[in-house]
Amino acid sequence: MEVCALSALALVVTLAAAAGSGEVVGGLVAELVGELVAGTVLLLVARRRFRAWAYQEREDDLVVSRGVMFKRQSVVPYGRMQFVDVTAGPVERLFRLSTVKLHTAAAASDARIPGLEREEAARLRDRLAALGESRAAGL
Amino acid sequence: MSAQPGPEVAAAHGPGASGGPSAAWQRLHPLTPVVAAGRTALLAGVVALEDRAQSQGSSLVLMGVLGGVAVLNLVISAVRYLVTRWSVGTGALRIETGLFTRDARQLPLARIQAVDVVRPFLARAFGLAELRVRLAGSSRSEGRLAYLSERVALELRASLLAGHHGLDLSTPEPVESPVTAVPLGRLIGSTVLSGAMFLVVALALVGTFLLSRSAAARGAYFGTVAVYLFGFLRRAWQRVAEQYGFTIGLAPDGIRVRRGLLSTVSETVPLARVQAVRKVQPMAWRPFGWCRLEVDVAGSPGKEQGTRSSKVTKSLLPVGPGLLADSLLVSLLGLHQFELGRPPGRARLKAPFSYHFLAAGAQGALVASSVGRLRKVTTWVPLEKVQSVRHVQGPVQRALRLSTVHLDAAGRRLRVQFRDRDEAEARQLFEALVVACRQARRSASIAAARPAVGGDGAPGGTGAGRTGGAPAGPASPLTTGQPAPPVAHDAGPAHDRT
Repeated sequence: MEVCALSALALVVTLAAAAGSGEVVGGLVAELVGELVAGTVLLLVARRRFRAWAYQEREDDLVVSRGVMFKRQSVVPYGRMQFVDVTAGPVERLFRLSTVKLHTAAAASDARIPGLEREEAARLRDRLAALGESRAAGL
Repeated sequence: MSAQPGPEVAAAHGPGASGGPSAAWQRLHPLTPVVAAGRTALLAGVVALEDRAQSQGSSLVLMGVLGGVAVLNLVISAVRYLVTRWSVGTGALRIETGLFTRDARQLPLARIQAVDVVRPFLARAFGLAELRVRLAGSSRSEGRLAYLSERVALELRASLLAGHHGLDLSTPEPVESPVTAVPLGRLIGSTVLSGAMFLVVALALVGTFLLSRSAAARGAYFGTVAVYLFGFLRRAWQRVAEQYGFTIGLAPDGIRVRRGLLSTVSETVPLARVQAVRKVQPMAWRPFGWCRLEVDVAGSPGKEQGTRSSKVTKSLLPVGPGLLADSLLVSLLGLHQFELGRPPGRARLKAPFSYHFLAAGAQGALVASSVGRLRKVTTWVPLEKVQSVRHVQGPVQRALRLSTVHLDAAGRRLRVQFRDRDEAEARQLFEALVVACRQARRSASIAAARPAVGGDGAPGGTGAGRTGGAPAGPASPLTTGQPAPPVAHDAGPAHDRT
């Protein structure tokens, strides 16, 4: 999930800008070091979160797992799918990424896959739609 | 004046998509505008009477406004009456309405979630009734026919349900066997108990009122108590009027519920449409061992006007002793009580206030769990209705080697939770439940042998070939008294082939 990394980077930049303005030159080095450390930590956290996000298309269902602190794993059967959403925010568009979200009749179902390459997202959407239709089960 | 065409229904089903010869178009009852405008007219009448009694001109303006509104109402509903027509074919109920924006809807019978016949007070006086058909994800204005004559409404309900089960539309309404009724005394008692906290606070206020000396403080306390009492009485009255004369019956086409004091409601839920059942045991009812049973049906939880018949949660028993509730579960839904497994003792550290009620288990085609701090809520969900399975572990749970498995049912908040189970056990449960759900779904779809019915918004969901549909619900032993429904042979999309 490059998006997370990107937002972390943006945060670092703003922090640096805030520190840069109105700082005595002597303290600047210490500030910079501090920011570098903070930035690295944020990046690592984002990286871990990105690494933890995974999905698997199985024969009958889609498995999405995510989370570092709160580990979640959802299994959504294709037959239970109501519709698929593909969205792309401004940052995502910048990197040609999109988010695929599966909706079921249950509000609690949680199957969102962010940061997919646009082509992969389109492929996944079409595949899910096709599978959803062929395995549809009534409510 | 009229809602935009429901995008799902209107778009997915072109004209004649559901096949079958379209029956003759029919109109609503001619008295519809009168009833629709009646409430305002009544109000105007009351004002007029009062005006005469007091012989003052002050309320003349108000009366005029009310009269104007009533006339406007009358005109609007007369126009609506003129432009609305409906017909029921083999596959769908069709409703056309709208003066400027024509709105033609098709409600596929196979997708009906529930049918209600509602008789608001005024309509009842004229022998009229309103019919409400609910589909999954439908909003309130869809599938509403107000008003029909009572006879037509009942006949239409019978044919809609017959069509839903794949029978001939002219099949008469099957005989219903009464199951149980709720006595008025118990209803009032439970309402009072539910408001017990309310009353305690009110009494406390009365106490401070008596203790206080200054007149102003007394006045303030008195006002607060009065407001409290008024609120309590209003809610109590609402509940009693809504649930008055509650009877449950069982017919081959579904569970029938009848209730209401001034406005009566008669609801029918096909058994196969039950998404989940909840048993709620509030703390205040515990001394009497009472509980409440609710059935959840798919549909939007949007706000409803008027008589609240179309809440997503249908009351199956507003209040009753636990034994009765258990026997209802068995006889109506084929649910058997079974042993629920408890989480390990160390879960007490993570959930100190709810540990005492935490339990969950799976058996046969059902999963069940109970949760709650003060009131115990037990939820049953048929495995075939499970929408998704989730495994969640938070930081505290990880430290305690616990995790939770959720099985989500359709709706906003309904789910069965295997909360705070041992990590390894939860992992195993998770895998096993995913497999069990898949098998349940498959056997259900084979048993139902009906074309795939995706949700209303399913991508590429076609409207064609959705006629008929045998009653699903292999789990219910109740459909046995019914003639075997014809299996729909239309070429629907293939089921799970693997």
